[in-house]
Amino acid sequence: MPLIIFKSHDGETKEVHAEAGTSVMQAAVDNGIDGILGECGGCCSCATCHCYIDPAWVAKVSPADSTEVDMLDCVLEPKETSRLSCQVILTDEMDGIVIDMPESQY
Amino acid sequence: MSEHCIIIGASHAAAQLASSLRQEGWEGKISIVGDEPYMPYHRPPLSKAFFVGEKAEDELLIRAANFYEKNNIDLLLGCRVSRIDRDAKKIILQDDAEIAYTKLAITTGARVRKIPFKGSELAGVFYMRDLNDVKQTHKFTGKGKSAVIIGGGYIGLETAASLRKIGMSVTVIEAMSRVLQRVTAPEVSAFYTRVHTEEGVDIRTDAGVDAITGEQHVDGVRLSDGTTIPADLVIIGVGVIPNIEIAEAAGLTIDNGIVVDEHARTNDHDILAAGDCTNHYNPIYQRKLRLESVQNATDQAKIAAKTICGKLEAYNALPWFWSDQYDLKLQIAGLSQGFDQVIIRGDSENSRSFAAFYLCEGRLIAVDAINRPKEFMTTKRALSTGQTADPIKLADDSIDIKDAFTN
Repeated sequence: MPLIIFKSHDGETKEVHAEAGTSVMQAAVDNGIDGILGECGGCCSCATCHCYIDPAWVAKVSPADSTEVDMLDCVLEPKETSRLSCQVILTDEMDGIVIDMPESQY
Repeated sequence: MSEHCIIIGASHAAAQLASSLRQEGWEGKISIVGDEPYMPYHRPPLSKAFFVGEKAEDELLIRAANFYEKNNIDLLLGCRVSRIDRDAKKIILQDDAEIAYTKLAITTGARVRKIPFKGSELAGVFYMRDLNDVKQTHKFTGKGKSAVIIGGGYIGLETAASLRKIGMSVTVIEAMSRVLQRVTAPEVSAFYTRVHTEEGVDIRTDAGVDAITGEQHVDGVRLSDGTTIPADLVIIGVGVIPNIEIAEAAGLTIDNGIVVDEHARTNDHDILAAGDCTNHYNPIYQRKLRLESVQNATDQAKIAAKTICGKLEAYNALPWFWSDQYDLKLQIAGLSQGFDQVIIRGDSENSRSFAAFYLCEGRLIAVDAINRPKEFMTTKRALSTGQTADPIKLADDSIDIKDAFTN
């Protein structure tokens, strides 16, 4: 099971294991990670699971589709590495991935 | 006595409330009591991805099955609460077992409004609310079969889109003069009618149902004008009513839902409520609301958890909703009720991407954004933070939507 390291905006880290095939958002809510909400359940409708992929890991993550790109364009504090974590599906190659969390989802 | 928070109703709000209680530091016992045999699950996919078999049952869970055990949250499923004894601070289950609480949260949601059409007891007639309902429909679906949907609201239209996806012929019966009449502008209703028609759905408006016909199994729906539409499956989606009975019997204040204050407390401050079953004041719209939405279930549950942990915070979230049909992603920010002006951005008559902005006395109050995530996101933020919008820029699709808003 791939390991995910969630880093909050103030530097606190939490390590979580989740099955390949689940989304980073689901892994976060299943493990009570503060800061990832995932209100719509993962259908790319709410943007309350915004996160930043650590630059070292970006190449391992499949790119965002056009809906997600549009949503990301309008989140608070967007960055090059912004993603909606419900659209980031874990693979075995992502073992150890570092996910940085924004200060707020709103 | 040690602290015990009991949550009645294993719903969206319940899953969030239990989870937030642990995040806020609640160290006492937590129990979720639910009458369905399932752990809290996402309901929106029931009419969409789960209905057409794209999502399996275990993918519906709001939190993974082991979440509750890991967080020391007891689940009492398939278990109905018969009453609340406020004086003794305990709940009484249907089998007369009693459980004491120090805090109680009611997250019982809503149930479908049932209309006693003649023939509604026939096999093949369903309402869409619970996982059990939808699991049973699978025996009646299949390519080439026909379905009649009674009710042209979001559930009816989502179900119609799902049934078309699996190759069924679909008719939607709507009593009003247009679909989505209660919730959208005429332009948006016309848009959905056009797309559903393009996708092969037969939409009949101003149509009353006389009877659902058949011997044991449904074979059709007879309209008030005498025409009969053949059907292997009938789905009724005509709204929901809040589950307030248990609260009412306990003497809690009820007014189109369980009345709660800004901290999600009922008139008994040891009893809270969250989600579809509540009636609460919304400071953004300055009126009392009962909302049927995942957003409200989630956000109000968080407030309730904070209150229980002694951190009083006022609930002031902006309502938002979504509906997926075919290739249409509808995202709604705000409440459009009471609008006196609609501004359409984009081409609602020929394309599948536009936004309808709702205004009241010149002030933006809501948006229906169809395949327009930017319009949704910017409006959601603007309504939450009190930004104002320039109507001329809203209407001009050549101007970046972000430039239509000012602080």
